[in-house]
Amino acid sequence: MIKFESVVKKYPDGTVAVNGLDLVAPSGKITVFVGPSGCGKTTSLRMINRMIEPTSGTIWLDDQDTGKVSESTLRRGIGYVIQHAGLFPHRTIVDNIATVPLLLGWDKKKARARSLELMERVGLDPNFARRYPAQLSGGQQQRVGVARALAADPPVMLMDEPFSAVDPVVRGELQDEFLRLQSELGKTIIFVTHDIDEAVKLGDQVAVLKVGGTLAQLASPAELLTDPVDDFVAGFVGRDRGYRALGFESGTLDAASEQTVKFGDDSATVLRAGRDGWALAVDEARRPLGWVRSAAVPSGKQVGPELLHRGGTLASVSGSLRAALDAALSSPSGRGVLIDENGALVGTVTAAEVVQRIESHLHARRDQHDEGAVSGG
Amino acid sequence: MINGIIEWLSDGEHWSGPDGITARLLEHLQYSFSALAVVLLIGIPIGLYIGHTGKGSVAIAGSANALRALPTFGLLLYLVIGYGDKLPTDWIYLGPSLFVLVVLGVPAVLSNTYAGVQNVDPAARDAAKGMGMTGMQVLLRVELPNALPLILSGVRSAMLQIIATATVVAYVTLGGLGRFIIDGLSQQDYFQMAGGAILVAVLAVALDLAFAVIQRYVVSRGITGRYAAPAANADVVAAESKASV
Amino acid sequence: MINYLKNNPDNVSEWFFAHVWLSVVPVVLGLIIALPIGWVASHYRWTYPPITNLAGLLYTVPSLALFIIMPSILGTKILSPINMVVALTVYSVALLVRVVADGLNSVAPDVRAAATAMGFTGLGRFLKVDLPIAVPVITAGLRVATVSNVSLVSIGALIGVPQLGSLFTTGFSRYIPGIVLLGIVLCLVLALVLDGLIILGGRLLTPWQRAVAKR
Repeated sequence: MIKFESVVKKYPDGTVAVNGLDLVAPSGKITVFVGPSGCGKTTSLRMINRMIEPTSGTIWLDDQDTGKVSESTLRRGIGYVIQHAGLFPHRTIVDNIATVPLLLGWDKKKARARSLELMERVGLDPNFARRYPAQLSGGQQQRVGVARALAADPPVMLMDEPFSAVDPVVRGELQDEFLRLQSELGKTIIFVTHDIDEAVKLGDQVAVLKVGGTLAQLASPAELLTDPVDDFVAGFVGRDRGYRALGFESGTLDAASEQTVKFGDDSATVLRAGRDGWALAVDEARRPLGWVRSAAVPSGKQVGPELLHRGGTLASVSGSLRAALDAALSSPSGRGVLIDENGALVGTVTAAEVVQRIESHLHARRDQHDEGAVSGG
Repeated sequence: MINGIIEWLSDGEHWSGPDGITARLLEHLQYSFSALAVVLLIGIPIGLYIGHTGKGSVAIAGSANALRALPTFGLLLYLVIGYGDKLPTDWIYLGPSLFVLVVLGVPAVLSNTYAGVQNVDPAARDAAKGMGMTGMQVLLRVELPNALPLILSGVRSAMLQIIATATVVAYVTLGGLGRFIIDGLSQQDYFQMAGGAILVAVLAVALDLAFAVIQRYVVSRGITGRYAAPAANADVVAAESKASV
Repeated sequence: MINYLKNNPDNVSEWFFAHVWLSVVPVVLGLIIALPIGWVASHYRWTYPPITNLAGLLYTVPSLALFIIMPSILGTKILSPINMVVALTVYSVALLVRVVADGLNSVAPDVRAAATAMGFTGLGRFLKVDLPIAVPVITAGLRVATVSNVSLVSIGALIGVPQLGSLFTTGFSRYIPGIVLLGIVLCLVLALVLDGLIILGGRLLTPWQRAVAKR
């Protein structure tokens, strides 16, 4: 657990970067600091490992006052990942990752072995071990940065915009892998970003900070989207809040079973299988391939890749309502395809069905609110 | 004319004896490398300190420029006639000579060391601190190895300047390859002068090349970019970097 | 120091102006020669390494050695100031070629592409776009070349070419430190003045930089 107790950072020129921050980041969870530039999010993060000293207030690491330990000891026990990775250009990847273990006095062999283990963990080809940072792409360097921070297995990780310098596709991959890694490791993480989408995607809880260094709202991502506390947070959280909040709503949908076709089926089979003029093609493992317009298969011809319409997105049956709604809206047949964890077809839902489910969730929540109001009053 | 110079250089008699080419060459190297050693002892620690702490960087930039304008030859003669008599006999000429060569070499080493440390990727320095390295560890394990290419090129240019200027100490009765130039002039023997000049030039070029080789092998391959195995993922890297532009 | 200046004003001023001439002419000639070579090195990328390596090698040769070797190449007399002018010109070219090439390379590709898109071609683009943008880098190189020239010229006194360095040898042979000091001070003053003039010239050629600095 990391606890901020009325922490203030004031610079000699009078600028107040952080103004009386009170906040608890629970153990094993990801707490995201998000806000516009000048809101003190990076300053707050850097005060935890004392890269910046607070002007007043205390930061607790579990029951240890961070101001009362030596800087080096404190920092060696906290993983630290920064925007441009900050790898040491003169050291190989394996030596970069082994930095903290070696500082802690591990023997070389053990530190190396640990490095290699971590490279695998973060999805790096072990062939990179003897390479230098300049030989790696930005995304790969950032993975090394994460591995290096994890090397001595610190319970706490500080991450300062670690994924903001890579392109959006790589960023998405890194975020997904980061979440997978965290589900295995359960570190206490403070993550700084200026990107509200990233905050909402990664955070167990999100702290929205305002310019001047005050906390505007501390909430779960879903709550932040559905119930912003003031105009600033509402504006910062941005457009499409209602739709994006659906990303945190899941609910069992009654999937309608779907007749499917395979490559090689003839036009007659397709006509029989199709509903409302569309049939879903799947492969041997029943993984959806795309939709076929029943009328588009000339008689005597067979279904092949050239007849597929691939516009529809796929939604996991246990996933969010947002993904299900998107699958339905993007499907040429109007039926959203739901799949299981193996990628195999479960069935389809229409947009109307998803919306109905959403409506019922809203009703349930409204009733809760009303009850709360009655009993509270 | 060229033939005369070649003749002078290839005459075996000119190479042997206490005032032969071999002896003069060794003297020249002795002056130069003693001065260079002092230059390194002064320039590198101060450069590292200023680069690491950022204190005094303004003074550096200013004095480096002013020192470049200082005429070394004049300073040498001034020190010999102004202060030589205050020194022990053996040092009347040697002291001012070494002093001038040191003054000549320090700015290049000092300012390059400082610039090398300053130029270390701030993210690498921040990461090093953040991982719990002490100030000294950051300096020795991160800043110094990364500053090495610039430090070495400073040492290289200091060395060349010192080798070149060590020629003029012959004017104040000392030895070294400059002897041939000074003696040749007073004896009106152009071949000897030109022979000496060519020897100095060859020495400078040879040491420069030798230094270039050392430089290649001392600096981490991660910084020079000379990797052992060609990057198998080079295409991937190229594709990715293009995509992000 | 002052006495010598009072008693020999003609000598000193003659040496001073000889020194000015010997310091400035090689830099001017050097720049004129280095511009086209530097342009080639920046325009045809494959020529950059051989050109800058050759320049680096030339720069390695000690100046005094170059003064002395010149007569055997040029057929001049050993005391002729031409030797020094040519040798220092070679030096200035060696230094400035790299500076010019790097300066031209520092022009942002976007700016270059925009200039080409607006219809600038070849020489026009070089004179109106690339060169002005490279001025600050070239100015810095000129300052180094000029200031070191002032010091290098004085070494020519060793082989008897008259200029401010003659004050060093005169003072030394008469054992009067003041005369040597006068030479040193005048060299420093000259270097300072020339340096200032180059900075001023660079500013006049790049009014946009001042506009930024003022803001």
